[in-house]
Amino acid sequence: MEKEIVLEMKDVSKTFPGVKALQHVDFKLRKGEIHALMGENGAGKSTLIKVLTGVHDFQSGKIIMAGESIVNKSPQDAQSHGISTVYQEVNLCPNLTVAENLFIGREPKKFGFIDWKTMKDKASQLLKDLKIDANATDKLEECSIAKQQMIAIARAVDMKCKVLILDEPTSSLDDEEVEKLFILMRRLKSEGVGIVFVTHFLEQVYAVCDRITVLRNGTLVGEYETAELPRVMLVAKMMGKDFDDLADIKGDHKQLEKLIPVIEAKGVGRKGSIKPFDFVANKGEVVGLTGLLGSGRSELVRAIYGADKPDSGKIFVNGKEAKINAPIDAMKLGMAYLPEDRKKDGIIADLSVRENIILALQAKKGMFHLMSRKEMEEAADKYIETLQVKTASRETPIKSLSGGNQQKVIIGRWLLTNPDYLILDEPTRGIDIGTKTEIQKLVLDLADQGMSVTFISSEVEEMLRTCSRMGVMRDGKKVGEITGDDLSQEGVMKAIAGGDGNE
Amino acid sequence: MGIFKSDTSTAPKRKINSNTFLLMITILLFLAMYISGMIIFKDNGFAKPQMFLDLLISNAGLLVIAVGQTIVMITGGIDISVGSVTALVCMAVANQMENHGTSAYVAVLIALGIGLLYGVVQGFLISYMEIQPFIVSLAGLFFGRGLTSMISTDMISIKNEVFLSWAKYSIDLPIGSYSKKGRFIPAHIYPTVIIALVIVTVVALIMKFSKFGREVYAIGGNSQSAMMMGLNVRKTKFKAYILNGFLAGCGGFLFCMNSCSGFVEQAKGLEMDAISASVIGGTLLSGGVGTPFGTIFGVLIKGTISSLITTQGSLSSWWVRIVLSALLCFFIVLQAVLGGIKKKK
Amino acid sequence: MNKDTFKNITSKRLFMPIMCLVIVLLANVIKTPDFFKITLENGVLSGYIIIVINRASELVILAIGMTLVTAASGGQDISVGAVMAVAAAVCCQILSGGEVSVDSLASPLIIAIIAAILAAALCGAFNGFLVARLGIQPMVATLILFTAGRGIAQLITKGQITYIRVDSYKTFGGYIGKCPIPTPIFLAIIVIIIVQLVLKKTALGLYIESVGINGTASRLVGLNSTLIKFLTYVICGAMAGIAGVIASSRIYSADANNIGLNLEMDAILAVALGGNALGGGRFSLMGSVIGAYTIQALTTTLYAMNVKADQLPVYKAVVVIIIVILQSPVFKKMLANQKAKKTSGTTATEGGK
Repeated sequence: MEKEIVLEMKDVSKTFPGVKALQHVDFKLRKGEIHALMGENGAGKSTLIKVLTGVHDFQSGKIIMAGESIVNKSPQDAQSHGISTVYQEVNLCPNLTVAENLFIGREPKKFGFIDWKTMKDKASQLLKDLKIDANATDKLEECSIAKQQMIAIARAVDMKCKVLILDEPTSSLDDEEVEKLFILMRRLKSEGVGIVFVTHFLEQVYAVCDRITVLRNGTLVGEYETAELPRVMLVAKMMGKDFDDLADIKGDHKQLEKLIPVIEAKGVGRKGSIKPFDFVANKGEVVGLTGLLGSGRSELVRAIYGADKPDSGKIFVNGKEAKINAPIDAMKLGMAYLPEDRKKDGIIADLSVRENIILALQAKKGMFHLMSRKEMEEAADKYIETLQVKTASRETPIKSLSGGNQQKVIIGRWLLTNPDYLILDEPTRGIDIGTKTEIQKLVLDLADQGMSVTFISSEVEEMLRTCSRMGVMRDGKKVGEITGDDLSQEGVMKAIAGGDGNE
Repeated sequence: MGIFKSDTSTAPKRKINSNTFLLMITILLFLAMYISGMIIFKDNGFAKPQMFLDLLISNAGLLVIAVGQTIVMITGGIDISVGSVTALVCMAVANQMENHGTSAYVAVLIALGIGLLYGVVQGFLISYMEIQPFIVSLAGLFFGRGLTSMISTDMISIKNEVFLSWAKYSIDLPIGSYSKKGRFIPAHIYPTVIIALVIVTVVALIMKFSKFGREVYAIGGNSQSAMMMGLNVRKTKFKAYILNGFLAGCGGFLFCMNSCSGFVEQAKGLEMDAISASVIGGTLLSGGVGTPFGTIFGVLIKGTISSLITTQGSLSSWWVRIVLSALLCFFIVLQAVLGGIKKKK
Repeated sequence: MNKDTFKNITSKRLFMPIMCLVIVLLANVIKTPDFFKITLENGVLSGYIIIVINRASELVILAIGMTLVTAASGGQDISVGAVMAVAAAVCCQILSGGEVSVDSLASPLIIAIIAAILAAALCGAFNGFLVARLGIQPMVATLILFTAGRGIAQLITKGQITYIRVDSYKTFGGYIGKCPIPTPIFLAIIVIIIVQLVLKKTALGLYIESVGINGTASRLVGLNSTLIKFLTYVICGAMAGIAGVIASSRIYSADANNIGLNLEMDAILAVALGGNALGGGRFSLMGSVIGAYTIQALTTTLYAMNVKADQLPVYKAVVVIIIVILQSPVFKKMLANQKAKKTSGTTATEGGK
């Protein structure tokens, strides 16, 4: 029954300064299987893959292929050991032809010159073999993303790979394209290639994978046969719960007497990122958005805030239709948005804590109404104190603060603008437990004071504690809402997993 | 059958992508300019074959330099020092031959040496130290110009006999025109044209048929991907700048054969001509796209503009630069717009 | 405590630029002891130091514009020298009314100067449009005017060098009445004060830094990155305009070929010497100003050492390359690795972050 193991990772640990990214993780890949690697944000999926492909080194543990321990110092090393990777962002050159992309770095030659004819023929043969319908002479950029993805796989396959890693290859594909990709994957599987499939689409895992390995917080949760692991169980494992002993956590939500909508979205959507949705946020209410990573929860709030301008639907603020072309318009209507990626979209790294705090209010006031130094300092001090930001001084550059404190500064930035509607996208990610609780408490306090809050988090308990209502997202679509008694871990997991919960 | 049935129908059709579109505009533009020149300035000899050959003669150096520029621009970089390298080469060559009695053969080596050295130093700073190509070559521009004036601030005319015999060796062609009395005047070219065309052909072959050439395209298309595919991005970039420096040295010498002199202000703004020729010839500023073939048309357009303006007579020579800049601006904006459309798709 | 104060002083932003200036000045004092001597000749101040401060005026003004452009867009405007020539040409052409050489003004001075600065700001707007709106690399975009600018200036003056032999026009590059201090010094100081006031009294400075450090985050807090970048180019253009008028007033003519020649290089150098990263972000205006005076001091020194004007760029190019190498992440990494190697043997625990 047990098939031949092509790749084994044993007791692998990897630490980044201050973070234990992987702790004693084992991973086994068998010949001719499709093996899903699952886990929420920060679970260590991408670190594991980077360690495997030689992008990162690792402190302890072993990688064993065909009975021999190997060390990969670079992706090229990994490739020479027969490990190829295809990423979500296709790593090919758009300006070259399909044939060149397949053969660059190892072009067929004649008298020292590139033999274009042979290259074209070999490419056509390869494409034909794998039933990829692309012309060898087409420019890569003329191919659809799905085709590019397949060409990348073809390149990997032709380089005699034994292990093929597909890192979220389906994120930008539509259903039909995904199906075609699956056909190719199954074909390779039948030829004995071991495939590691990273995705956060549950449907897809159950459609093609034989086994599932789940990681959480850098540790191995377990390896399972797909057929023996119900969906709800998988979600529970990813979220760090054993489904059998889900204690019921309930927030002590006061029942709102009257629902006064602050934000109403009707049919708002954006092509390629989120399908049209309806959404209401009421005064004094914390609404959660739940769903796995990549399910469209960030995209939904970004569309409302005007960070990515929606191309359909209408947004009403306090009952009036609003025109939101850019974030500044949303801000002027009383919105505030704490983005998911703190480093990339949140902090202005080189600016001081003070400047980071007052920036949004200053932008709202306009260029010619500069806040006085005193106002700025008072504002900064106020939020450093109330949010208990640990910083050397208010003039310290924000980049030298810890993640949790940076997040507090960004929260302070938005509270200073005194918003009616606050969007918090993963405000507690990568933050210590103490700060997490503080932020949760703060959210509830704000709601009590009448603010409308939308809260996004990968941690279900946190959402249950804070939210009185939850929108459920799946595959770029808002699929429903949970209220009342359904607001339990079990209810949420079932809703996220979709289907009948047992497949 | 293939799994992408829907796409098969469109496959055989020759799609015109935006890059070919840009090159087609360029070729049409050249033809339009040249033909209108032939019609308007018929009496000034614009219609004679010699007119076209003169374009090549006066722009042989630029052609070689522009092709070098094309290579670095395909990598996504730029080199604005080529004009001052040309001046430095001319001055060094002239000075060595006239004031130090160096033979013309050694002078060739000096020219190539200067170019190579420039390529190595700038290439190292750009590829291994990861400094913006613009800053590096801007410093290179000033460095070269300053060094030229250190050699001499006066103009040095070259009188070396061997050198002049190369420069003035006229090669008659079987084509030509008839004088008013019906006498056949054969069209002629100088060796510079042949050398330039040979170099450009060799470079074109390298870009198309060598591993190095394809790697240049790959890193310009997406250097991250190129690295992931196992190419040595830094080394390829370094080589590209060395080749560019070498070509600037060659081009500088050809330029010198045309001018037969060296002076500080020589080849001023030549970097602009080279960049314009590349961009007009279909090289993308963002890198990854461009061919020596296209650049030839870029150079021809530049040559035609200056011929038209010179022949017209009353316009000042400044117009050449202004028209060329305007054209460059037009193509840059066109690229930006087409690039934007492509991204949206 | 003492060590801390020392560390405090050396870590100040302006420490490096001031040090550079002091070094250059000291070198001068050693070579020419009367470097700081200021005498009154023919009713005006004279002396090396006055020459340096006077001659640096245009550069200081250019460096201010260049600093803003660099901070916001992470690139440099290499067209400033050519734009100076355009401004000078516009100014002189309006004043002369089309004549080659005039002894009286054809139009009011103020109109000509405003027109010149507007023309330069227009050039800046053109650059800004290409960079901010179309997303073209700053240096490629400004390359267009870098070459075409002088041609345009030539066209405006019809290829002539227009002379304005009128005393009132000479004031800007010369002296106001009986004031012994050269006017350009005042003009430079006024421009510094105005720009500094704008930066202090409006949020522009904060916006520029924010956009330069993190464009996407800035957009999410409601800043219009495109507009802010565009504005810096317009300001940079206007600054070049002012510098152009001063330069032209000094020689009471519009010499399209030579006004502002090679100054773009000096301006970039001033920004880098002022401790500003050429990749954008936080900036120090005063740093650039000090940088500009340092470069002029260096230039004057080199002149004093019999280096010809044509040869100066050689030295400056070398200095620029050294500065950018010192600033480059690759070099810093190499340095850090060296340090880590040295310390790793003794204190492994401290090597962390």
